[in-house]
Order: sequence, then C-alpha cells, then structure tokens
Amino acid sequence: MAKPVLKLRKVFFRWPGRSSFSLRLADLTVSYGEKLLLLGASGTGKSTLLSVISGTLLPDQGSVEIAKTEITNLSASARDRFRAEQLGVIFQQFNLLPFGSVADNILLPLRFAPIRRNRVKDAKSEVARLCAALGLPVDIGREKASSLSVGQQQRVAVARALIGHPPLIIADEPTSALDINSQDAFLDLLFTQAQTQGTSVVMVSHDERLGPRFDRILHMEEIAEFKRGAA
Amino acid sequence: MILRLAIASLFARALTVGMTVLAIALSVSLFLGVEKIRTGAKSSFADTISGTDLIVGARSGSVQLLLYSVFRIGNATNNVTWKSYQDIAARPEIEWIVPISLGDSHRQFRVMGTNRAFFEHYKYRQGRVLALAEGAFMADLFDTVIGADVAVTLGYKVDAPIIVAHGLASFSTHKDQPFRVSGVLEKTGTPVDRTVIVSMEAIEAIHVDWQGGAQVVGQSTPLEQLREMQLTPSAVTAALIGVKSPLQSFALQRAINEYPEEPLLAIFPGVALQELWGIVGLAETALLAVSVLVVLTALIGMMATIFSSLNERRREIAIFRAMGARPLFICGMLVFEAVVMASLGAVLGVIMLYAALSGAQSSIDSNFGIWLPIEAPNLRELAVLFLVVCAGAIVSLIPALRAYKLSVADGMIVRT
Repeated sequence: MAKPVLKLRKVFFRWPGRSSFSLRLADLTVSYGEKLLLLGASGTGKSTLLSVISGTLLPDQGSVEIAKTEITNLSASARDRFRAEQLGVIFQQFNLLPFGSVADNILLPLRFAPIRRNRVKDAKSEVARLCAALGLPVDIGREKASSLSVGQQQRVAVARALIGHPPLIIADEPTSALDINSQDAFLDLLFTQAQTQGTSVVMVSHDERLGPRFDRILHMEEIAEFKRGAA
Repeated sequence: MILRLAIASLFARALTVGMTVLAIALSVSLFLGVEKIRTGAKSSFADTISGTDLIVGARSGSVQLLLYSVFRIGNATNNVTWKSYQDIAARPEIEWIVPISLGDSHRQFRVMGTNRAFFEHYKYRQGRVLALAEGAFMADLFDTVIGADVAVTLGYKVDAPIIVAHGLASFSTHKDQPFRVSGVLEKTGTPVDRTVIVSMEAIEAIHVDWQGGAQVVGQSTPLEQLREMQLTPSAVTAALIGVKSPLQSFALQRAINEYPEEPLLAIFPGVALQELWGIVGLAETALLAVSVLVVLTALIGMMATIFSSLNERRREIAIFRAMGARPLFICGMLVFEAVVMASLGAVLGVIMLYAALSGAQSSIDSNFGIWLPIEAPNLRELAVLFLVVCAGAIVSLIPALRAYKLSVADGMIVRT
C-alpha cells in the first residue's frame, strides 16, 4: 500500500456544550494521490469530519495525522498555519470572496503559508497556468469574483486549492451547485490537475452517482458513528 | 493583497460603511466646531475691550464694575464725583482718561454719555477702533452715535430723531430735548453695538430741569439756552484709563483704591474678564460634554454596524479560516476596518468643518460677533482626531472578539 497522506485513528469529537452531538470514527487512511469519496446523507457527520481533518475542530480523543504530522498535538494557531500549508479546501458553493479579484482569491491561501508560497515561483503566471488548465478564460484573474458564473467560481476554487501543490485537497460537496454535465467536467478538471500534482482528494457528497469516478468509496454510516439531537 | 481585500470588502458594503463614516464625520465636525466656537467665543469675549489699562468706578465688585461699565448690564451702586474724576485725570501716570455716564435709555438700549476720546481709545479685538458705517461723530449737543444693533433693531438711519427715556424701562422721557442720529457705528460684536452714545454735556443738558428723578413741573429750559449753558458734569459713572507705562498701572490702581475722598475701585479689565468668563464659562463645559457624547454615539453606531455585518460575513470569515487565517487575523481585520472608517470619518469631519467655517465665518462674525479663525488644526485638535480613531479601534474590539469566538466555534462549516 502507498504511503498515507491522511491517517485518522479512534477519533472522538463532541461539540462543546452539546453532549449528545458527537462523532466517533475508528479508522480512516488515505494514500498519496488517492481519490476518496465519502458518501453520506445529510446529518451523518460529513462536515464535522472535514472540520476535524482541517484542524478547525480539535477532537476530544484520537489521532489525526496529515503528511506525517500529528495535528492534534499542535497549538490552535499552528494548526491554522498547517492547514494553510498542507490543505486545499473547496466548499459546496460561495467559495470566493465576492469583492476580491479572481487572482487574489486564488492566491489567498499562500498569504498564510510561507512554505507553500515559496513553492510558487511566479504567482501571476501560476494563476494564469491554473486558470488555463481548468478551462477558464486567460485573463480571468483580473475579474471580480462575484461577476463569475457558479461553475466558473467552483473552478477558481479548485485553482485556489491546487496552488502551491498541497498534498491533500478536501472538498465539501463541490458539485452540488452544478448541473450533471458540469459536474462531470468539473471532476475531470479537478482529477486531472490533482493527478499531475500528486495531490490526494477527499470529497464528501450525498450523490452516489459520482462514485465510479473515485478510487475508493466509503459510506459515512459504515466508518463513523454520528449522534445528534436530544438523547 | 490582504489590504486590497479588506478595502474591497469595505467597498462592497459601501452604503453602510458610507453612512457610518458620515455619522462619525458629522460628530467629529460637531465636536471640533463646538471647540472652535468655544475658543472663538472666549477670545471674542476677552477681546470685548482692549487697550484700556484700568476701569474706575464707585467701589463695588470688580465683576459688577466690568458688567455695567463695559457690558451695560446692571447698574452702578454709586457715581464718581466730577472732582474725584478730575483728581485722577490729573495724576502723572495717566496717558488718557475717558468718562462714561450711564443711567438713561432709549427703548431697550442703554444711553451712554462720553466724549470724543471714547472713539479714539475704546478698542476691541486686539486694538481695533470703532469705525462709522455711515454719518459722522457727534458735532451738535443733541447729536448721537448709535451702535449697529440699535440701528438694525430700530431701523434708524442718519438724521433719525431719538427721544431718550429717563432711567431704564421708564415712562418719563426727556421729550423736550430730542436727539438726532449723526452716525451709525460698524458692527463690533461688543456691547457698543447695543449702545446709544451721546456727549457728556448732553447728559447734563437733558437733566437740567430734573430733580430727584422727575422733571420739575412746568420747567423746561429752551434748547437755545441749554446750548449756551456751561454744562459741566457733576459726576461720572465710570472711567476708562490708559497709562503711560504698563508698569505704572499697579501703582495707579492702588492709589485709586486708596483714594481718601471717596470709595473708588480700579480694575484691570483683562483680569475681570477672566473672572467673569469663569462664571459664564460653565456653559462651555456642558456644550463640550454634549459633543463628546455625540462622538461616542457615532462610534457606538459604528460598533452596531460591524456587529450586524458579522452575520452576513460569516461566509467571508469561514473562507479566511479555511485558507488558514487565524482567529486573531479575523479579529485584526475587523479592528482595521473600524480604524479605516474612523479615520475616514475624522478626515471627512475636518473637511466638512472647514467647508462650513469658510461658508459661515463672516455671517457668524457679523451676527454674533464671534470670530472663528480658519487655521490648520492645532495640536489639541489633532489629539482629538487621534483619540477618535483610537476610540473607534477600542469600540470595534467588542464585535471583533465576537467574530473571534464565532470563527473558533464555527470552524469551516458555515452554510449560509
């Protein structure tokens, strides 16, 4: 088996102040370059899991290892810095700062990640290269993010996640705002670029039709125990 | 880039940000305006009389003497006899002396008897002398020069007839001796504007037929006869004095205060003005307090704006967090925004103040007699502006800390 980029062991997370709201996950491992789909209906703890992986939520128990770093041992600000350096993040929609230019949006994570920034030799040409690779107009960098279509915005979000070659991209239902044709095109572009860079992709979705495009599919209900509401 | 994004974020909320900036600007210009009027009023007040070294009157209080001799408020407790006046006038320290005789009135305005030297020596606003807007100084016994407010209020022009009333708010008039307006003074912003000025001799002349506050029944000396009479005043109400050397004014003051023949009082007008301002100046403190509250209100308004923007900006904050921004960065971004808004407000407020000042300066001067100089902000005003920006930053800490907490708790899962 290839080297793991992400390794979760015996993770238990409970929302502070809400004892009945918890997530328990025994084991999850993702290899370098792997494309993993986490399937689950809403309310199965997908977003909570992504927050734990990204380090914005700290689990009460267990270990979260990303690129050989145990992030649960890091301080809050070190986890923020680590996220900036090692992760690309794509949301469902409204990924971009609407008032900023496309280029500023793509370059935003580099602002918080000096090492990742150093990997990008020439920011301007890298933005242009990524935009071209993702089928965006050449001079889109100067456009205001709010002037883009939803599909274009999602592709800009991919460019932002890819810039500076982070080892892992996590995506939270990035295709749910797109129609079926666009979904396919979107995944094509994402996977092609991720493969070129050797970046792993962990995507959560409720849409089983996306399954065949991935290396591996896991069902949230099977790997994690998620409790919510009064109990 | 972050700076560019922060500015762009402000621009994206241009309307609310603009309103907030405008509110701060208005409050800042109000505050600085009150400051300007306060200092302007104070210096205009202190400039009511200048160039006079001493004021002499019957013994009372220094503020009272100042009030009736300069501001024509209240009455003299007693007069100064003509003999005492001449004794003082004969002293070697005296450069000039101007007698003032009060007691009669015309409508709501006081009538003041004096001589031509008054127009030469009475100075205001750092040495300005009284000037005629129209007409000429008194030439005839029954000529009068009136202040600008008198002319405007009563609609008098040169040659208008004036009947002087005996005493204040009195029904008995000196109707046998009508006066003629010979000149109207320019607006000065001093009590001279509300004064009817006649000669000392005229004051004597209109009282020739009077005894004990009433006209002797059936007695009315013809005008021709009055003009030929030796009209030496028997008393004056007060006198303005200029000394040859400022060093002598203390000695002269002591000499007058210890004058053996009659209880007299000599005061330094500047000192008495300060004393008087200490009393009326209470209002300025209240005014200042109110304008401080207005600035605080505007800043709290800004805090409310930032607070209410937090909800619509949870998505923006979540994006920053997902990209690796620390909660402290979010906090700092909000404080930075507040500082930008407060600074813009302060600068705009100063601009608005100067625009208003340059527009209203001359009309404030002519209507209220307050001269508001347009000059670069002084150190005190700059300190006030700096404090406004600092206060803006401090006030914004409250919503910023709230954003900090939210961004820690939310993580990245904001789906709004």
